[in-house]
Amino acid sequence: MTTATRPAAPGTGRRAGSLAWHAGALLVLAVVLYPVIWVLGASFKPSKDIVASLDLLPAKPVWANFSGLADGISGISVSSFFVNSLMYALLAVVGVVVSSSLTAYAFAKIGFAGRNLLFTLMIGTLLLPYHVLLIPQYVLFRKLELVDTLVPLVAGKFLATEAFFVFLMVQFMRGLPRELDEAARLDGCGHLRTYWSVVLPLCRPAVITSAIFTFINAWNDFMGPLIYLNTPSKYTVSLGLMMFRDQEGISDYGSMIAMSLVALVPVVAFFMAFQRYLIDGMATSGLKG
Amino acid sequence: MTLVKEAPARPAGKRPAAPAAGRRGRRRENLAGYLFMSPWIAGFLLLTAGPMIASLYYAFTSYNLFTPPRWVGLDNFTTMFQDPRWQRSVEVTLKYVVVATPLKLLLALGVALLLAQSRRGQGLYRAAFYLPSLIGASVSVGFVWRALFSDDAIVDRAQRVLGVDVGGWIGNPDYVLYALVALSVWQFGAPMVIFLAGLKQVPRELYEAAEVDGAGALRRFWNITLPMISPVLFFNVLLESIHAFQVFGSAYVVSNTSCGPADATLVYTCYLYQKGFKEAQMGFASAMAWTLVVAVALVTAVLFWSQKKWVHYEEAAK
Repeated sequence: MTTATRPAAPGTGRRAGSLAWHAGALLVLAVVLYPVIWVLGASFKPSKDIVASLDLLPAKPVWANFSGLADGISGISVSSFFVNSLMYALLAVVGVVVSSSLTAYAFAKIGFAGRNLLFTLMIGTLLLPYHVLLIPQYVLFRKLELVDTLVPLVAGKFLATEAFFVFLMVQFMRGLPRELDEAARLDGCGHLRTYWSVVLPLCRPAVITSAIFTFINAWNDFMGPLIYLNTPSKYTVSLGLMMFRDQEGISDYGSMIAMSLVALVPVVAFFMAFQRYLIDGMATSGLKG
Repeated sequence: MTLVKEAPARPAGKRPAAPAAGRRGRRRENLAGYLFMSPWIAGFLLLTAGPMIASLYYAFTSYNLFTPPRWVGLDNFTTMFQDPRWQRSVEVTLKYVVVATPLKLLLALGVALLLAQSRRGQGLYRAAFYLPSLIGASVSVGFVWRALFSDDAIVDRAQRVLGVDVGGWIGNPDYVLYALVALSVWQFGAPMVIFLAGLKQVPRELYEAAEVDGAGALRRFWNITLPMISPVLFFNVLLESIHAFQVFGSAYVVSNTSCGPADATLVYTCYLYQKGFKEAQMGFASAMAWTLVVAVALVTAVLFWSQKKWVHYEEAAK
């Protein structure tokens, strides 16, 4: 079934069409994946070759860049950055899943007064540039003496400020057959029971999508840690990478590129495992906007 | 796109409150609703509404974090509008938004049209094209970009083959912003999957009817595809331009934290960061933030107003 273009004629025309299609798709693919393959190859090149050599893959792979990582940076082991990032990302996932699903249940399944007004407010925060919150939130967390901890980075996740995920789950819950949760309610289940035993299990795809996006966003987050974390031993991977740039200079370019690659691994691995959920979840939210 | 089909959206607020009837039941529903919502309500008050009001107040003060804010009226705004670096940041940001957003959406739509045809490996392509949208915001990719667009690296050499030598993009104030544009366009996968979902919902019969009437491919695209996916296009334009206004990480990392050279990548957020967190001018930075909020609200309003002219909603047609 073709969409906008002419349906392929039978026989040779169809094969030519298919060939042209794959040629086009592969061309885009080559450009899109070039930077990814480049960093893969570059991390096995000696430092001096990384920018200068045009070869995508190293002539002779070297492990020096990766073994350089074992020394850590300015006395801090590379694994510390990964542990910090992992802590941040996992806390963010727990926070977003719990708080967004509770909020979404209220919006989708409980008929309380003022629901539509609050829903409009929630959607409004989706379009609000975060800049306007950046400074007052910093002032707030500074007064609470929580700067240089993970609290400012994850507090919002536990308080459902990630409106996008609330919205995603509301849309999903509204799509669930109403009979299921109404039957549970008629059987005497309270809202908490209905939420936990009926609605939440049925929302698995939306929950998984939110969890993975949250993990990846937290893992990639740069501005949050940049503003809130000051002690190098508390740095996440993003800030750790910036330390390579600051302190080692161009001489240890290889380790910097190697660590860039290692930093991408969790994201790419998550993506490969769950790409169906991710892409469908993304597309769904767009369509029902 | 199975989710889309299984989950027809229901209008909000039409559902009768579950079994419990009567005034007591309604009160219990209200209580349950607010209890479930309590994290969001706390977050909204403490982390969104409260800070917004605080930031509006700071915008009219001189505040350096260490002494209490001092009311200065409109001083921050008048200083800001006359500040050449602020003007520069507006210019850089507008250029970035206006160049990157259309290019990204054009590529996203083009590739979505290609992928909408059922061919072998379609899902694999879709996944591969989506990958950059997930890793594009990372510091790692910022470093890779810096390497690829630096002097004597791949982009520079490929250009020289074509007879254009600019001596690398990263160090060149005239070109470096386009390296950032390229990084944004590279992440076309996110709007692409939204286009794809939209394309799949266009009724097949429309194309068949048009073909019987002898409409060519271009004509079918213009008269059927484009109007039918216009809600999705609208959504993408809105989302992508708002995101583009807020770009920070890529400019900061690719420019090696300087947002330069010569302020060539001084995007709005970069300047706001410098003012607020490097120079501790919280009042000035808050004034900048509110100016951006107003600008983004205006853009959003104009887009919503314009959708009457070009966005076709199915419900409206019925």
